[in-house]
Amino acid sequence: MTEENKHCYIKEGKLALPYQYFAGRIGSKFLVSLRDKKKILGVKCEKCGKVFIPPRKTCERCFEDISEKWVELSNEGEVTNFTVVRTDDKHHPRKAPYVLAMIKLGGADTPIAHILDGVDPDSVKIGMKVKAVFADKAVNTMLQIDRFEPVK
Amino acid sequence: MKKHKKNRNVAIVGIGQTHHSSHREDVNQPEMIHEAVELALKDAGIGIEDVDALVHGNMELFEMVHQPDLWHVIGTGGYGKACYRVTTGGTTGATIVGVGDNIVASGLHDIVMIIGFEKQQEGHTTGGITNMADPLWARNLQTGALTGATAEKTINEFGADRAKRAAMRLRVTLDKHASLNPHAHRNFGLDYDQIDDLMVNSPQLVGELRLIHMCSQSDGAVAIILACEEKAKKISKKPVWIRDHVTVHREETFNMFGINENQEVTHHNAARKLFGRNGITNPREYFDVFEMYDPSSWWGLDWLREFLQLEGDEHLKMVENDEVSINGSFPLNPSGGVISTNPIGATAALRVAEAALQVRGDAGAHQIPREVKHALASGFGGTFWTVLFMLEKDLDWQEAE
Repeated sequence: MTEENKHCYIKEGKLALPYQYFAGRIGSKFLVSLRDKKKILGVKCEKCGKVFIPPRKTCERCFEDISEKWVELSNEGEVTNFTVVRTDDKHHPRKAPYVLAMIKLGGADTPIAHILDGVDPDSVKIGMKVKAVFADKAVNTMLQIDRFEPVK
Repeated sequence: MKKHKKNRNVAIVGIGQTHHSSHREDVNQPEMIHEAVELALKDAGIGIEDVDALVHGNMELFEMVHQPDLWHVIGTGGYGKACYRVTTGGTTGATIVGVGDNIVASGLHDIVMIIGFEKQQEGHTTGGITNMADPLWARNLQTGALTGATAEKTINEFGADRAKRAAMRLRVTLDKHASLNPHAHRNFGLDYDQIDDLMVNSPQLVGELRLIHMCSQSDGAVAIILACEEKAKKISKKPVWIRDHVTVHREETFNMFGINENQEVTHHNAARKLFGRNGITNPREYFDVFEMYDPSSWWGLDWLREFLQLEGDEHLKMVENDEVSINGSFPLNPSGGVISTNPIGATAALRVAEAALQVRGDAGAHQIPREVKHALASGFGGTFWTVLFMLEKDLDWQEAE
């Protein structure tokens, strides 16, 4: 501590920021399908042909209403990118080390982020084939897909 | 007063708003915004590809989302466009229209869409506002618009019975207006014979500010498309011209415990500047409608005096004589105002939108039953921010010297 900042006081603060996040009718239909039918749905823009997951009301490029253009996606896909989480934290869903991967499902044009289990973190590769494993209980979030695992 | 000159004229050419409600579980934020965007584009008869830039605004932290403009792109159509995010508290909706006016007038962009929204059901508004307090010196303590100070001031000046009666009469009048507006969040079906009852039985919030006097917490969005004169005349059969707007604020000098009672209120200052530089000597006569940002009936009553530069009890008389009703000589908030509908980031933009609909004659059931050529619209928020707009039906005004 230098002489200049010796008597510079700081008031500590902490904020609680409660909020809700609404899935909306379209997002909710996706979650219900995951939970009740173990089917992963996307929406397709018929103008540009892109299939989006998570689903959305509008194609942001074409500005088309695609909210009713549901398509069923494969439960399998490939890793387009990944990171290895190597630190433990109470908010993390797994004990370190574990893999968070971007996974592009068969039939989709956009990848989703999810947990990739059942593989040594050091042997994960981009392009690796993986499949969804669904949760046994109702979760009603993206963790209705409990995890992805490599296709054996 | 210094002459005010715009680089080029700017008009409102498209307006879209959602239905406003406390419950929008059916949509997420970008989906809700998209409803307003689609309606505004349809109203203007243009596509998103015709829009050069977007100005996006809401209250900081009200949905507890950081940089909402980025993940709202799905709904706003902002992909690849010039985008601005603006947040100035409750005033946001008016500031984004002001920014739109400026960036079109300057020549930077020809067609700009402004988008104001709030989805208060998802967040925690008090959590957002409380962050404004200075944690060390306890300055800028804010409870939003929840203050009984104006009620107390009005009661001290005009007597309890007359003051309370006038504030409640204004409340009932605006509820009647809201009942004509299909987009309005709340209308209770109030009538003037309930005034005595409400003055006593509506729950007190702070002093004589009662629950019935206070604005709602709403979910909703509004989009307004602005265009330069050349484009506006091609796009719209009924462009509404933004003649001028002014912003006045006093930032951190607002302090609930040290307010200078002799200080000119920002509303009064804004109106004085705007009217002065546009040669408006009798605003009550000049303007055909006023869409005021009225967070409570007490403020609505008091601010009539400030904006219209009135003396004595003229503002009370305007309410007592029903001059401010939709059929009166100076209709105030034919939409029902903020008291009925308050999706905060959209609220002040809705004042401009509703005023413009009146000028176009497109307000529907709450259209004033006579020609509207000149409209006034105000925004309010934060530590007394005022943004004040003048809208015109015709491009025929003379520049004030």
